[in-house]
Amino acid sequence: MSRYTSATDADRRAMLATIGAGSVDELFAEIPASVRLDRPLDLPAGMAEQDVAGHLAELAARNVDCDAETSFLGAGMYDHYVPALIDSILQRSEFLTPYTPYQPEISQGGLQVMFEYQTAISELTGLAVSNASVYEGPSAVAAAAYLAKLETRRTGLVVSRGVHPHSRETLATHAVGYGMTVSEAGLDAVGATDVDALAGLVGDDTAAVFVQQPNFLGTVEELGAIGEAAKRTGALFVVAADPIPLGILEPPGALGADICVGEGQTLGNRLDFGGPSFGFFAAAERFIRKLPGRIAGETRDVDGRRGFVLTLQTREQHIRREKATHNICTAQALNALAGTIYLSWLGRRGLVELGELLLRRTHYARETLGLEAINPGPVVREFAVRVPDLDAAVQRARAAGINPGYRLGRDYPELGDGLLVALTERRTRADIDRLAAVLGGVREEAPA
Amino acid sequence: MSLDPRAGEQTRTIYEKSVAGRRAFTAPECDVPEIAVEDLLPDWARRTEPAALPEVSEPEIVRHFNGLSKRNFDLDTGFYPLGSCTMKHNPKLHERVAALPGHARLHPLQDPEYAQGALELMFNLQSALGEIAGLPHVSLQPSAGSHGELAGLLVTRAYHEDRGERRTKVLTPDTAHGTNPATVTMAGYEVVKVGTAPDGGVDVDDLRAKATDEVACLMLTNPNTLGLFDSNIEEIAAIVHGVGATLYYDGANLNAVMGISRPGDMGFDIVHFNLHKSFTQPHGGGGPGAGPIAVSDRIEPFLPRPQVVRAASDNGHGPRFDLDFDRPQSIGKLRGFQGNFGVFVRSYAYIRSLGAEGLREASETAVLNANYLRALLAAPEIAEHLPVAFDRTCMHEFVLSGSGAKEQLGIRTLDIAKRMLDHGVHPPTVYFPLLVDEALMIEPTETETKETLDEFAQIVADILAEAAEDPEIARNAPYTTPVRRLDEAGAAKNPVVRQPAATDS
Repeated sequence: MSRYTSATDADRRAMLATIGAGSVDELFAEIPASVRLDRPLDLPAGMAEQDVAGHLAELAARNVDCDAETSFLGAGMYDHYVPALIDSILQRSEFLTPYTPYQPEISQGGLQVMFEYQTAISELTGLAVSNASVYEGPSAVAAAAYLAKLETRRTGLVVSRGVHPHSRETLATHAVGYGMTVSEAGLDAVGATDVDALAGLVGDDTAAVFVQQPNFLGTVEELGAIGEAAKRTGALFVVAADPIPLGILEPPGALGADICVGEGQTLGNRLDFGGPSFGFFAAAERFIRKLPGRIAGETRDVDGRRGFVLTLQTREQHIRREKATHNICTAQALNALAGTIYLSWLGRRGLVELGELLLRRTHYARETLGLEAINPGPVVREFAVRVPDLDAAVQRARAAGINPGYRLGRDYPELGDGLLVALTERRTRADIDRLAAVLGGVREEAPA
Repeated sequence: MSLDPRAGEQTRTIYEKSVAGRRAFTAPECDVPEIAVEDLLPDWARRTEPAALPEVSEPEIVRHFNGLSKRNFDLDTGFYPLGSCTMKHNPKLHERVAALPGHARLHPLQDPEYAQGALELMFNLQSALGEIAGLPHVSLQPSAGSHGELAGLLVTRAYHEDRGERRTKVLTPDTAHGTNPATVTMAGYEVVKVGTAPDGGVDVDDLRAKATDEVACLMLTNPNTLGLFDSNIEEIAAIVHGVGATLYYDGANLNAVMGISRPGDMGFDIVHFNLHKSFTQPHGGGGPGAGPIAVSDRIEPFLPRPQVVRAASDNGHGPRFDLDFDRPQSIGKLRGFQGNFGVFVRSYAYIRSLGAEGLREASETAVLNANYLRALLAAPEIAEHLPVAFDRTCMHEFVLSGSGAKEQLGIRTLDIAKRMLDHGVHPPTVYFPLLVDEALMIEPTETETKETLDEFAQIVADILAEAAEDPEIARNAPYTTPVRRLDEAGAAKNPVVRQPAATDS
């Protein structure tokens, strides 16, 4: 028998007798011989558990993770500390192994987590309603475009070049299916969205306008002004946000955003080489029946006890089929649970304290590096600089055990010498000073 | 305070447990100059009122979520024969290897040179999935089955456009998962339904009538959602290919045929895998999953980017793995980064644990278990109320109809499902597929023992016998769960989807 099955030869005989079949092979008689595989799959032979563990450990050892170097890489996922209680709670089988809660009477734990998660996301974004998670950040941006299509029946999408390049590309990929076209508004001389250029692209057929807060370069965008330009013709204003800086930044909902989406990795999720994490999706109240995916709602049972259910399911694919508000089924419940625990751990004050620490470290790092800033205005958690002879600087850094950040040239050809440097609470002043030394910048002494 | 152990404490939310001044988090010391926030952020950017997150201590958080966990049923606790969801055992090894820092703490934008282990793992997984599907080119990027479906239709569109063709329709059987038609609309096509023949397979005459040169694709599950293998698959493929359309395989039911029959050999052009079904990624209460796709040569140029590729060594050491972005005909990215790598680690560990022989045996046992349970439930005292919808050898799952129980006993499928909760098992998928009246869709999976299947059949018999005596018992079930039947209509009519904003501060 294979590793995870239990049928003994005696079981098989007894079961086949009950079925009335002579062999297991007979059960597959309806598969025509012409489409049967007449050889074993060409795969390596199975291995004992300890050998699999050894093989996976060998592969893992060939990666340079964030414990193995001092990493200033960000650009969409960030090396935040994940508290131990998240690991402990996420490994509870009652959270790890159930399916989507189709039977609410035996799924109250998961459903209440969704309700608490939705509350936290509403609070962070300043928007009335949140769903229970979508896949991840960039596809959440694409999901917002689909809502805008259903809501406005228009076909134009305007996106700032300050939005993550992966989000823009994902939006363009999905827009082909939606029958929509995407136009991009450039950045101004200080690395913020060029509001005039964006306003010039917004027309009567614009379904939605997308910006990111802080933007890909770390610039704090002036959402109020952008929103005004965006909504002039009735387009929806969509903000993609990093949730941690929202602890100190005015929430998008308070600045006119109709929808706020984003990548949830920073909320208590591992880096995991890019996933799984979760995407969040919050919107103004009037869109509640157009949201994608699962939503938990509060109700009562027949005895009057408080309980939670999946609600407004007539939006969803399993009920509405081709008229559904999205095709999403399996989302990211476990990752959203990590986010819910993380936000409870930080709490009302901790989120602000963390945001302020990031703000100060970002400022300190930009000043200390002493390099030409691409975005000299307000920044949180990330900033972009021009590095003379970037190739050599990166090599020096790597030789010193430092990953200095993300090179901007692939996504912004005009910034071929640009480096995007990310901070988290794990990158200390000493780390920043080492980075400054190796990049060859002039370190400014901080005032005593 | 109520003495009812199911009331009170357990239903308070974390926000209702919040007390101003409590905390769990201690911020690292600020080791840089403490410049005033007002000097670093302009007024228009600053948040004036903190987000109303809870204020709770670590012990309270732990108790809160542990308390909630006890209000969930889960696969590690009991039988979970949820049809079409493949609730097979989630090996514990996978959690350990996924948590290794080299995997869990690897940044997605790490230079490929410094992520060779991760890229090799992805490359090996691509190769294995391609072999299992019988289609050589794999993209791991889609995040779940529905995302894989969308990828499949977008590559279909790109393929046809490359040939100068503009097609507008996609065919789906009337037994299809809801994600299929929803995906069709999102990909910009019109859904055309194909009927089901009396034997449960695709109505080939109906298909022939609807297969025109306007059709881009037929989306099919084989075995289908009735758990039946469609033995006309080659004829179906010929009809679809005859009009220039692609044939798409929804891999939700792949667990029936691993190592036995390959979608590529059946004539499919595109397959998606649910790594959270056949390949053991824990479902997490609704994700994460992953939905890689495998495609044939003619579809390959259009796969999402980047692709993981293997290059010959340039320094005499082993092969070198890289991310290939230079794919001019690609549909582009479907999401950020490279996909749900943590899921890939688990599924790869599973494939390496089982090997070719083990995967085949898993499918064989899944089919054996399903047919055994089907045979047990064919006992006259059960079958007179819950007849199997299509009386054929099934694959990994089968569908019963509760129409008999409704008429003869006055209980609906929903009542049977709710009464099962009192017996400590998760009910099957109910009311799907839609063409079976009062459907119960049962998928036991290969990891369950004969004894578990015997017990389940006995539970079904007991519920029916009890209902023959007193149908009110099932109609009002469950009784032993943390809550009883919930007012779903009321929840939808007046949606309360978040904690009301707190008044204290």
